Amino acid sequence: MARFIGKRLALGLITLFLLSIFVFFGSQVLPGDVGRRVLGPFATPGAVKALNHQLGTDRSVISQYLSWIGGFLHGDLGKSVTGQSVSGIVGPALLKSAALALLAFIIVVPLAIAGGVFAALHEGRLSDRFISVGGLSATSVPDFVWAVLLILVFALWIGVLPATAQAPPGAGFFTQVEYLILPALCLVFVLFGYIARMARAGTIEALDADYSRTALIKGLPYRSVVFKHVLRNSLLPTIAVVATQVGYLIGGLVAIELVFNYQGIGQALFRAAQQKDFPVLESAVLIVGIVYLVATLLADIAYSVLNPRIRYGSET
Amino acid sequence: MTGAAPTETSPQQETAPALELNDLEVEYRVRGIWRRVLRGVSFEIAQGESYGLVGESGCGKSTAAFAALRYLPRNGRVSGGSINLGGHDLIAMTGEEVRKLRIKTVSMVYQNPGSALNPSIKIGDQVAEVYRLMGVGDDEATERAQEMLGKVRMSDPARVMERYPHQLSGGMNQRVVIAMALASDPTLLILDEPTTGLDATVEGEVLDLVNGLRAEFGTSLLFISHNLGVIGKMCDRMGVLYAGRLVEEGRVQEVFENPRHPYTVGLLRCIPRGGVRKDQQRLDTIAGFLPGLGAELPGCVFADRCGLMKALGSEERCQGTEPPMHELGGGHGARCHFHEQAQTLPRVIEPVPAPRAASDKNAVPVLRAENVRKTFHQEGHAVHALADVEFALAPGETLGLVGESGSGKTTLARTLLGLTEADEGSVVELDGTPLASVIAKRKGEQVRALQIVFQNPDSALNRRFSIHRIIARALTTLIGLSGEPRESRLRELAHSVRFDVRLIGARPAQLSGGLKQRVAIARAFAGDPQVVVCDEPTSALDVSVQAAILNLLVELQGEKGVAYLFISHDLGVVRYVSDRIAVLYLGRLMELGGAETVFEPPQHPYTEALLSAVATAEGAERPRIRLEGEIPSAAEPPSGCVFHTRCPRYLGAICEEQEPPLEEVEPGHFMRCHIPVDELRTIQQSPPPPRPDRARSPDAAAQ
Amino acid sequence: MTTQPAATTGGAAVDVGGVAAQRGPSDAKAARRERLAVLAHSKTFIAGSVILGIWIFCAIFGYVIAPYDPLKTDPINALLAPSSSHLFGTDTLGRDVFSRVIVGARDILIVAPLATLLGTVLGTALGLITGYFRGPVDDILSRIIDTFLAVPVVIVGLLALVALGPSKLTVIIVIGIVFTPVIARTVRAAVLSERDLEYVAAARLRNEKTRYILFAEILPNVLGPVIVEFTVRLGYAIFTIATLSFLGFGIQPPAPDWGLQIFEHYGLISGGYWWPVVFPALAIASLVVGVNLVSDGLSQAFER
Repeated sequence: MARFIGKRLALGLITLFLLSIFVFFGSQVLPGDVGRRVLGPFATPGAVKALNHQLGTDRSVISQYLSWIGGFLHGDLGKSVTGQSVSGIVGPALLKSAALALLAFIIVVPLAIAGGVFAALHEGRLSDRFISVGGLSATSVPDFVWAVLLILVFALWIGVLPATAQAPPGAGFFTQVEYLILPALCLVFVLFGYIARMARAGTIEALDADYSRTALIKGLPYRSVVFKHVLRNSLLPTIAVVATQVGYLIGGLVAIELVFNYQGIGQALFRAAQQKDFPVLESAVLIVGIVYLVATLLADIAYSVLNPRIRYGSET
Repeated sequence: MTGAAPTETSPQQETAPALELNDLEVEYRVRGIWRRVLRGVSFEIAQGESYGLVGESGCGKSTAAFAALRYLPRNGRVSGGSINLGGHDLIAMTGEEVRKLRIKTVSMVYQNPGSALNPSIKIGDQVAEVYRLMGVGDDEATERAQEMLGKVRMSDPARVMERYPHQLSGGMNQRVVIAMALASDPTLLILDEPTTGLDATVEGEVLDLVNGLRAEFGTSLLFISHNLGVIGKMCDRMGVLYAGRLVEEGRVQEVFENPRHPYTVGLLRCIPRGGVRKDQQRLDTIAGFLPGLGAELPGCVFADRCGLMKALGSEERCQGTEPPMHELGGGHGARCHFHEQAQTLPRVIEPVPAPRAASDKNAVPVLRAENVRKTFHQEGHAVHALADVEFALAPGETLGLVGESGSGKTTLARTLLGLTEADEGSVVELDGTPLASVIAKRKGEQVRALQIVFQNPDSALNRRFSIHRIIARALTTLIGLSGEPRESRLRELAHSVRFDVRLIGARPAQLSGGLKQRVAIARAFAGDPQVVVCDEPTSALDVSVQAAILNLLVELQGEKGVAYLFISHDLGVVRYVSDRIAVLYLGRLMELGGAETVFEPPQHPYTEALLSAVATAEGAERPRIRLEGEIPSAAEPPSGCVFHTRCPRYLGAICEEQEPPLEEVEPGHFMRCHIPVDELRTIQQSPPPPRPDRARSPDAAAQ
Repeated sequence: MTTQPAATTGGAAVDVGGVAAQRGPSDAKAARRERLAVLAHSKTFIAGSVILGIWIFCAIFGYVIAPYDPLKTDPINALLAPSSSHLFGTDTLGRDVFSRVIVGARDILIVAPLATLLGTVLGTALGLITGYFRGPVDDILSRIIDTFLAVPVVIVGLLALVALGPSKLTVIIVIGIVFTPVIARTVRAAVLSERDLEYVAAARLRNEKTRYILFAEILPNVLGPVIVEFTVRLGYAIFTIATLSFLGFGIQPPAPDWGLQIFEHYGLISGGYWWPVVFPALAIASLVVGVNLVSDGLSQAFER
């Protein structure tokens, strides 16, 4: 198992290194003169040169990359073009995104797994079609479309929930949660079908497996077969699926955060992109990548702990 | 619990048959239509009796087995008749009652032990679960599970309890499944092809175990197998199923010696029995195909394929009237109007052996291997899959290659073909010219001279291509034909493998297994090869089809003078086709000699044990020699003679210290053993005594 | 039989397979016909096709059937509520929302399928190569694929479009490239289970060129998953392009794009002007749902 995790960790680090290179070269080198792009076509060459010098973009590409990544590793994310420190922008945004993601997960994961397993146990029946097709449809609708529709219904027509996610300053914990319910609900809609689908497929596969037949032929009641024999095998792959969604939740929610005016990392990325604020953009993207890789690594560890085939390896 | 408690035994049930099927009809719904798969099947298994069910795939064997548990696939239903299990009418029972019955009265073991066990539950818990279901407390259940694992000869039951299925070998997993099945001391144990896919040595082991436990527990058996030898070894009585109908039934010896249904007669003629060889006679086959699922068959189900009907000209009666089960005395019965004449069934294939090109033993070997080694590198370990293999193959000769799985048979084949790159220093020569070790570096004529027929034609033929395209492509790339010459060559080729040219536009999925294998053979022969590797070419096929394919291979050899390297786990088949046989163990040649030489003493102790494990349809059996444990890992081969850990004729320290060389012990007979050949000749008159040197457990080697 | 669990959860159709092997030549066509029959009987597939068909019709004939010029502004009649003259009302510039929704189908139905096609072609090629070769080629490409997957698609798209500047062509290229690794991964998995089949070994034993083995032997056998993957990705492409347009980095004004329309008006919802937002939102929702229903039907037909 240690070997398995070690291997995953090493692969994750390589991926991260590649990501840093892609991000850096993609945003700094490909588009050409950074100072010119920031200041626009009418700035004087002197001003462009000064800005480039200030940003360090007049140095060689390698040395720029090294100083960026070196700073990053020491926790110094550098300065935004607006002069603010990048960590001052990205840090709080990350926390906010994490709060929203957590709430969404708490709602959607149990719901979707239960739904998927229920659908699998009723494969082919109406309830299965309803969960599968309904889940699939909900998943495919873009999150911001859900956002505007939910705001319309819950905030304006029924008027039970706030239309923004930004709780007023000094709001208590429950008020803050209340403000997050609508955006979290959008995410539930988007994620439910995806996770439920995996849980359903895994459960159907396990139900059809020989070992389930063995258990039934042993004389085990159907319920026990499902709870003792099927679920422990069918839900394992779902862990990995849930983890890959962390990437979407932390960083991918640009449109939702915009609609609900929530200052998460998605919105930070969006603003940086709009203002061509490359230092913020680069670091934020790299952090989003780190969060994703850490989440999948944790999922791999959980998977290997729960799966005896990895925990004990194969001796034959 | 409702009504009569199924778990209690009333006096009247004591004498009731363990299983009784009465006119059982089962249907499957396929493409919207209910199709009959069992047609009025009736048989009974007495208490303590062992009943075998044979027939080719698709005859309904497994359906009958699962019906006996009232476990049918979702698209299946019982549409008539009754199933009586130990005095209980299974069909009238509620689901809950059936479940209780499954706990106590009936158990099942089926193919693929690996997938029959839950991969994420410890072995001990899975076995103990059976006891807990019977109402035994947790601690006692664990204790009894461990005891039961001991009974299936697990060396260290306490340790096995803590393991997961993936940590055990296939044979050990099957023993766990058997332990689970027998844990409840059931009245009836159903075994559905329990040893298919296991090595002969492991198969022998498992069958011995079942026989021993059956005697101990007094369990009745329903034993399903396509392998008549296994049925002969395991069963008292047997039934022959064809197209969902029981066509013959009786005591096993009686049915084998005096079959009274043309299907049984044909089936027995398909198997190479009694050491028959290719130069003595051709194998007989059964013409035609199994009728489609649920076909309307007003008369005898076998009529369409029955040579006897044609010989007697009795079409009207055979196709019009369903024959009753004629009682022949002693419980022997056959559903044939002409059962007295069943054994006069005309042969489909004349027994005269195929003509052979005289093979010149002194000719330059067409294929020669020397020092062939293959080392795989897996996670830092060097695995020596092949070590110093050497042999020579004369033109027109067949060299059989046998050994347990993991012995390196397939690796050797792939290495010779250049699909797997041999280690440096390995020599493979074709017609005296060294071959490059990877196929991409071999010359065109070398590529086409060395071809292969794979085991599974489903995976060997591209399912998206037509038969025409498959063969035509081989003709184009191997010998550069195109246009009309290619078409005419293609027709010739199809003709030579007896493939109906009208089917040339079909895709593989539209053809039967035998036809697909003919296409694969045609492809291998497209470039007039000198050597064809046959890697288990018939093991995915039914026996009647196997016979036809073996005949074809032998005929092609006679016509074209091709040499075969023939890999098979079926020693009867190897013996039939081979001129010489090589025995491989852990990547090393242990013995090499004439086919008949290898089958008789003096033999290498490994060969001796391998042969003793085989169940044959003759019934007369060699004394079983148990091999200790399973084949060791090639990553850490034992020191000295690699076979010493399991050798029944183990000598002493020398076996562990020195690797014996492959020596010519008689003219043309090579062996790798420290025991002098004359001594082997003497000691092999009697089975080996138990090994004195250790009280080691049989499974230690596998762990 | 509902009280009998085994009957409802039984294993695979025992024995049926053995007989299937004996079936006659006409049955392969029957199998293909059967696949079509599965589609024809799938309510979800039909519903999806109808929805998709309507939008394709709008994309082609939008300008003909639209009651107003979707680009014509009319500030005096801005933000009119839905009525008989303006079915879906008008937007802030007085443009007819109904006409803009109808014509809005065109851009997304050009850009999304082309982007998906690009991604599918590149991804399939990459998946074939990585799946077939394994070893170092696979390792390197797999790391690059992983890298792409570590960042949400929207962000990668955003970054690329910031660098390249938004236009329909760049959206197609960027989305196509962003989807390539995802599709490559699916195709790779399919190829991994094909490459060890013996027909590939048989081709190597004829010394076929690798190109032939990949594209002539293996590709036809993984076409099913590729087609299903295409339809799945098409749904995601619409999702992503709509999101990028909504963010201002996709299709540019004044084009009547749905995402753009929502972006331009979502701030007005709280003022009660819901129609310029809701109708494009429903349009996007119905289109992606339609595509996904079609995709679901196809994958069920191919899985048989």
